Amino acid sequence: MPVQRVKFYQTGSFVVGNRLLPAEQRTVQSDLHRTNALTSGHRACQGCGEALGARYVVDAAMRAADGKVIAVNATGCLEVFSTPYPETSWQVPWMHSLFGNAPAVATGVAAALRAKGRTDVRVIGQGGDGSTVDIGFGVLSGMFERNDDVLYVCYDNEAYMNTGIQRSGATPPAARTMTTQAVGAEPGNAFGQGKNLPALAMAHEIGYVATATVADLRDLEHKVHRAMGLRGARYLHVLVPCPLGWGIPSGHTVRLARLATRCGLFPVFEAEHGEVTGVTPIRRRVGVEEYLRPQKRYAHVFSPEPRQDMIDALQARADRNIRRFGLLDGRPDEDGGDAPRRNDACCQNNTSCQNNTSCQNEAPCRSEEQS
Amino acid sequence: MERPFAITLDVGTSLANRTGSWRTQRPVYTTLIPPCNAACPAGENCQAWLYAAEEGDYRTAWERIMQDNPLPAVMGRVCYHPCESACNRGHLDEAVGINSVERFLGDLAIDKGWTVPAPATSTGRKVLVVGAGPSGLTAAHHLRRMGHEVQIREAGPLAGGMMRFGIPSYRLPRDILQAEIERICDLGVDLRLNCPVTDLRGTMRTEGFDAAFVAVGAHVAKHTQIPAGESARILDAVTLLRSMEGQDKPMLGRRVVVYGGGNTALDAARTAKRLGATEAVVVYRRTRDRMPAHDIEVEEALQEGVLMRWLSTIRQADEGKVLMERMELDETGFPQPTGEVEELEADTLVLALGQDADLRLLQDVPGVTIENGVVQVGDDLMTAEPGIFAGGDMVPSDRTVTVAVGHGRKAAKNIDAWLRGTTYQAPPKSEPATFDRLNTWYYSDAPRTVRPVLDAARRHSTFEEVVGGLDESTALFEARRCLSCGNCFECDNCYGVCPDNAVINLGPGQGYRIDLDYCKGCGICVAECPCGAISLEPENH
Ligand SMILES: Cc1cc2nc3c(=O)[nH]c(=O)nc-3n(C[C@H](O)[C@H](O)[C@H](O)COP(=O)(O)OP(=O)(O)OC[C@H]3O[C@@H](n4cnc5c(N)ncnc54)[C@H](O)[C@@H]3O)c2cc1C
Ligand SMILES: Cc1ncc(C[n+]2csc(CCOP(=O)(O)OP(=O)(O)O)c2C)c(N)n1
Ligand code: SF4
Ligand SMILES: [Mg+2]
Repeated sequence: MPVQRVKFYQTGSFVVGNRLLPAEQRTVQSDLHRTNALTSGHRACQGCGEALGARYVVDAAMRAADGKVIAVNATGCLEVFSTPYPETSWQVPWMHSLFGNAPAVATGVAAALRAKGRTDVRVIGQGGDGSTVDIGFGVLSGMFERNDDVLYVCYDNEAYMNTGIQRSGATPPAARTMTTQAVGAEPGNAFGQGKNLPALAMAHEIGYVATATVADLRDLEHKVHRAMGLRGARYLHVLVPCPLGWGIPSGHTVRLARLATRCGLFPVFEAEHGEVTGVTPIRRRVGVEEYLRPQKRYAHVFSPEPRQDMIDALQARADRNIRRFGLLDGRPDEDGGDAPRRNDACCQNNTSCQNNTSCQNEAPCRSEEQS
Repeated sequence: MERPFAITLDVGTSLANRTGSWRTQRPVYTTLIPPCNAACPAGENCQAWLYAAEEGDYRTAWERIMQDNPLPAVMGRVCYHPCESACNRGHLDEAVGINSVERFLGDLAIDKGWTVPAPATSTGRKVLVVGAGPSGLTAAHHLRRMGHEVQIREAGPLAGGMMRFGIPSYRLPRDILQAEIERICDLGVDLRLNCPVTDLRGTMRTEGFDAAFVAVGAHVAKHTQIPAGESARILDAVTLLRSMEGQDKPMLGRRVVVYGGGNTALDAARTAKRLGATEAVVVYRRTRDRMPAHDIEVEEALQEGVLMRWLSTIRQADEGKVLMERMELDETGFPQPTGEVEELEADTLVLALGQDADLRLLQDVPGVTIENGVVQVGDDLMTAEPGIFAGGDMVPSDRTVTVAVGHGRKAAKNIDAWLRGTTYQAPPKSEPATFDRLNTWYYSDAPRTVRPVLDAARRHSTFEEVVGGLDESTALFEARRCLSCGNCFECDNCYGVCPDNAVINLGPGQGYRIDLDYCKGCGICVAECPCGAISLEPENH
């Protein structure tokens, strides 16, 4: 009979805080004295995932860099709702220039700091998917290629939301936007187009690339912490549902981000120098329908006639992700190597090990389960 | 102020922008009644004491139990735990082992000699409690803690009622029972043994009692007409079980037949087995699913090798044998004789057909009504005679220790109010914390390695008394499985998930407050609260 050596918390580690955990093991967000980099009074819509994601990321970066962070922001909702001059919600040094040049501006800030010998001050660049995937992609690629000391964060809400929901290179197939209307034989965004920016970032073989969502705070904070511990160009791609653009109730932002990962459409992983080093396995898998159905941007997929062909095509995309990243067993398909696996059914016998963070254990969980 | 070139305004914070004005609905922190609490006949707040136990604060957890139930170690053994049947976690993996944690806490308290404080001052009011069963003992405990003078009069030579003279010791060791009874007496409760009350009103009047709680139980075995040969050995189950407490253990022979389908029948059969019977057969008129006995007891009896003959009655008893007739259920579910008879070897026939209450002490009390052999009481447990309350097995209800304890507690509250010339108002009940109100995503799945261990621990706790209950680590584990249904457990989710930073964390133990200046009413905190402790209410503009 196996010996019980389990630290089993009432709510595991999925919640933001947990009074049963020692303070140092709780999240940054549970901290009474978190930076609140993006404070109240901003003009984001009710339930905005981008506002939530930005606070999660910048607060974590502030903790990791001892409060010395400069943020450079591209044009987009995050900039517009936070800083209608002369008001600002930012409680960090923050700078905005243009829609398409945030990575270049961030590079410049980093260069200036280097020139001044202030390597203790860290730079993050941030923007929406439009600015990152489309108009800012050239300068971002340059930033990657030169390995400039910037963490660039894309808050991906899968369209140009600030100007009224136009398609971006990150808009998923079948989704309705103002520029991909739900009309014709192939309603919504076309299949077979668009860009996978995490993959493009990996192709630059920069030191660190990761994806995250607002539905898994611990994972997100872990990745920001990881990234801030490294120098050079780093990239973080965070899925941030947009109630307005996706057509979901404002209270369902986190729920939809969770469903996006549970169905496999949004793979959560991290990579170093072009190789996947860890994935977050799917917990409680669902089919894509469960994720698509609550969103009005996919309404035409279900009515007036269900478009089974489109559902199947989207399911195939999810299945491909699951296969490619090993999302069910936490082992990427390609290398099959010793990527650390994250598994909520893990041994938990290491107090510093929390569900959904990299297991530091020498012995993998799986073999313990079998003992 | 001097401004840089082309700058006309100072930078200000967005805090000036009160986005709370956008709101059409607002989150409100609520407390819902968890299903365990709702199901507990003793009125325990299981969720609250599990909450303290989760933190390893066993003392607080135990004290929380003691506010309702002064017999946790007993209850952790004999309660049929309706809390666990109702537990929401049952929909996820398995119900929380509430009962085994209670036993752990009860035993720990006995081990450590924990006590609750005796009242600092006396109200000068005198209450008579008749009967030292679970109901009387509980009422005495609470009344004493409220500052009243309490005297218990018990007819028997020892306190405990059916806990001592009914429930066999393999399920409830007597040292445990004794320890919990003594703790009640140590509060200053005056327990008089061998002291039956025969004339309640007379006793109250001559000795100046202001109120009385009568809980004399139901001890008179019911009988049925079974033609019996002169040398047939027939015994009733309560007598058999009571004699287990004396010096001379009863002689039952090798084959024992028990007639009846309640818990008492099973305890009689299991006791017969332990007394050396090679065969103990329970004969019951209906089918297993209609047995009044609790499933756990049937299971345990079967595991111990007790045999069951369902759909059968006893027609006749003779020396060494009984005549059994097969029954059939008619369309109304009532058993009807079939005429098919069968002989069964039996050295002793034990009748376990239920018990009646002996209510002679109330015969001179005007107005007290007795229907179906039990005393009628109001919601406040008061009889028709002002100041005389009754509870436990002698009033209409389920006959369990847990119900008896619940009555004792309820009676104490009502007697206390009555003594002060008021009536007890139970606090308003909130809505139930149903499973659909939880966001179970946030609860860890029980790791597979744990379950067999836990199962083993549970098995031991239910019938291998010698092996004992949970140890500290398993009890802590079990307590931490609680989902805290409908009650904030400070997981910080609301504080974390608000995009508007509009949830104010008031610090450990203090909970949270919504900052209505900035809350836009998006509802994420409501959707992401694991335990359903936030509700969304329309804003009235
Ligand atoms: C064999 C058996 C097994 C059981 N097992 C369980 C179990 O596992 N779990 C469970 O929850 N319930 C069980 N029960 C039921 C449970 O024991 C009773 O429901 C419970 O004890 C009732 O409590 P009470 O206080 O109303 O009465 P009792 O426990 O019957 O106590 C009444 C007391 O009053 C005394 N008394 C009577 N008349 C007078 C008088 N005139 N003056 C003074 N004192 C008097 C009696 O001597 C007795 O001590 C079992 C019952 C039996 C018979
Ligand atoms: C060069 C230029 N072109 C167009 C615009 C208008 N514009 C402002 S924000 C925006 C879309 C932003 O989309 P995205 O980057 O996805 O951010 P989101 O608003 O979705 O967060 C556009 C097209 C601009 N500001 N500059
Ligand atoms: S449009 Fe979408 S991204 Fe922009 S503020 Fe509203 S919810 Fe946020
Ligand atoms: Mg966008």
